[in-house]
Amino acid sequence: MNIHEYQAKEILKSYGVTIQEGVVADTPDKAVEAAKELNRETGTEWYVIKAQIHAGGRGKGKVNETGSNGVVLAKSLDEVGPKAKDILGGTLVTHQTGAEGKKVNKVLIAQDVYYPGESDPKEYYLSILLDRGTGKNVIMASTEGGMDIETVAEETPDKIVKEWIDPAVGLQGFQARKVAFSLGLEGDAFKGMVKFIFALYKAYEATDASQFEINPVLKTSDNKILAVDAKVNIDDNALYRHKDIAELRDLTEEDPLEVEAGKSGLNYVKLDGNVGCMVNGAGLAMATMDIIKLSGGEPANFLDVGGGANAQTVEAGFRIILKDPNVKAILINIFGGIVRCDRVANGVVEAYKNIGDINVPIIVRLQGTNAEEGAKIIEDSGLKVTSAIVLKDAAEKVKEVLS
Amino acid sequence: MSVLVNKDSKIIVQGFTGSEGTFHAGQMIEYGSNVVGGVTPGKGGQTHLDKPVFNTVKEAVDKTGADVTIIFVPPAFAADAIMEAADAGIKVIVTITEGIPVKDMMNAKPYAKSRGAVLVGPNCPGVITPEEAKVGIMPGFVFKKGKVGIVSKSGTLTYEAADQVVKAGMGISTAIGIGGDPIIGTSTKEAVQMLMEDPETEGIVMIGEIGGSYEADAAKWIKENGNKKPVVGFIAGQTAPPGRRMGHAGAIIGGKDDTAEAKMRIMGECGLHVVDSPADIGAVMKKALS
Repeated sequence: MNIHEYQAKEILKSYGVTIQEGVVADTPDKAVEAAKELNRETGTEWYVIKAQIHAGGRGKGKVNETGSNGVVLAKSLDEVGPKAKDILGGTLVTHQTGAEGKKVNKVLIAQDVYYPGESDPKEYYLSILLDRGTGKNVIMASTEGGMDIETVAEETPDKIVKEWIDPAVGLQGFQARKVAFSLGLEGDAFKGMVKFIFALYKAYEATDASQFEINPVLKTSDNKILAVDAKVNIDDNALYRHKDIAELRDLTEEDPLEVEAGKSGLNYVKLDGNVGCMVNGAGLAMATMDIIKLSGGEPANFLDVGGGANAQTVEAGFRIILKDPNVKAILINIFGGIVRCDRVANGVVEAYKNIGDINVPIIVRLQGTNAEEGAKIIEDSGLKVTSAIVLKDAAEKVKEVLS
Repeated sequence: MSVLVNKDSKIIVQGFTGSEGTFHAGQMIEYGSNVVGGVTPGKGGQTHLDKPVFNTVKEAVDKTGADVTIIFVPPAFAADAIMEAADAGIKVIVTITEGIPVKDMMNAKPYAKSRGAVLVGPNCPGVITPEEAKVGIMPGFVFKKGKVGIVSKSGTLTYEAADQVVKAGMGISTAIGIGGDPIIGTSTKEAVQMLMEDPETEGIVMIGEIGGSYEADAAKWIKENGNKKPVVGFIAGQTAPPGRRMGHAGAIIGGKDDTAEAKMRIMGECGLHVVDSPADIGAVMKKALS
């Protein structure tokens, strides 16, 4: 599960991670109040206004309606209101949102941390994530703060240091020191970074995170270490033991159809294609999407109805797929193991009749237990449904329907 | 011969008396698997499905000589169940449970290994050696006995592959569902290695998914070890968008190396028979073995 920057920073702060302070607001007036509060608490006189959406690239991204960037600097209290107004309620398009962009409901008013002083401010990159190959958490750090880490990995891989953490003993002092030294830090900044890394790892473990990306981590001109941005991803499977974090879920960031599918216990991901699909099992569902593509179509969705496909799940699946206006055909692909195909076929017929007005051709491929009986039920139903048993046959039928 | 499980396996079921455990243990017994008992803490001394129930895995091992376990315990307690089995001396631990937190598996996997146990899963359909033992939730009738081994991250796609292999006139030696989670006990490479070393297996179907590097690692190992048996490979998720989780917790494209395209390219370069369409698995295997 993803959370917003302001939520992530609050969590990090509660574990002792030093952050760029800020106050969240959802109207221009509240943004001004937030700036005043921030001024009282931190003394800052410049304010960074940051759009809160679940996507990166906000600084370079543009708000469709106003042309404002997603992150802007207000150099006085007077500028805060108008600048926040240009972002709030707008649609922010970044390289990660796709062309449709994301609506901005909140902005974070943050303190200016790039003030001049005894040394130059410098940005770094720091992340913690699971390394699937070793089954361990890995800390990744780079002197190339503010840059996209994939680009750094491609162009200058030697500028990334990695430190794997043994789960049995956790992060050790020598590892944090190694990372901090590799960033070329010394004195108070070095000490601050070691402390920062320890606090960050503690927060990562305690929240069952699957990814922390702090980009940039800033060394200020007076040698403090601060998280200026924070991308936090929590392991969905562990949310049951973090009820407080689970409550931070922002449904407005998610596709409404995906939210609806989730309520019916369906695993659905909306895609851009023209052929909908409904499948039992995640692997077979992905494979079915691939078949649609190979047959000349584009998958409109991923949909796993799970192990027990029945009339209710099939109907819920139908309803969700049919809400997508791009869908020109639907392929149902069920491998009946424990679930019998004749029962699934009855479920399809029943769901079809319940919905009534289905205008797109449907191909039902049932294989496994009682596949022949299932095909017969589909064919005898008199509905506009084509049946198939062999996967190749189903692919051919998708091709026919599309041409 | 076969790998991981056979007719001599003495199998216990952890989470025996729960609804999932009861249903699938019943199916396994019906298939002919040698289920010798089960474990549900607090229900020791009872009899369930005509088999004894024990409070601890240790007790089950002492009384029955069990060497294989299958775990249906709910996610919050599953890592504990894995470690209990490993500590009690169980040699093969098949974990069906879906939804175990990554942090729990990060501890349970090395723990099982340190006790000399082979962990399969979690979030997998299990392991089947046809006509000998089904330690899983797969429909047994699909898997006719034969000479083709299957390694797969997915459940129903494994059944699909087995069905195609059987309908093409061949059969299955052992099918290993390794699971779709980010941390799994047996990697694709380790499962392929078992089948390469199994004299009963003549060809291998290797089914992967987007996410991680297991399939590429396995492909490189296959090449380094001389491509001794033909391997037909498929990667699900050629049309999956980056950054989105496709059902399985581990099925997510994180970078350019864990796309289906990248994996299939490496598999091809390593001499595997890569199929673009999952509908071609059976036919290509038949051709490769003839």
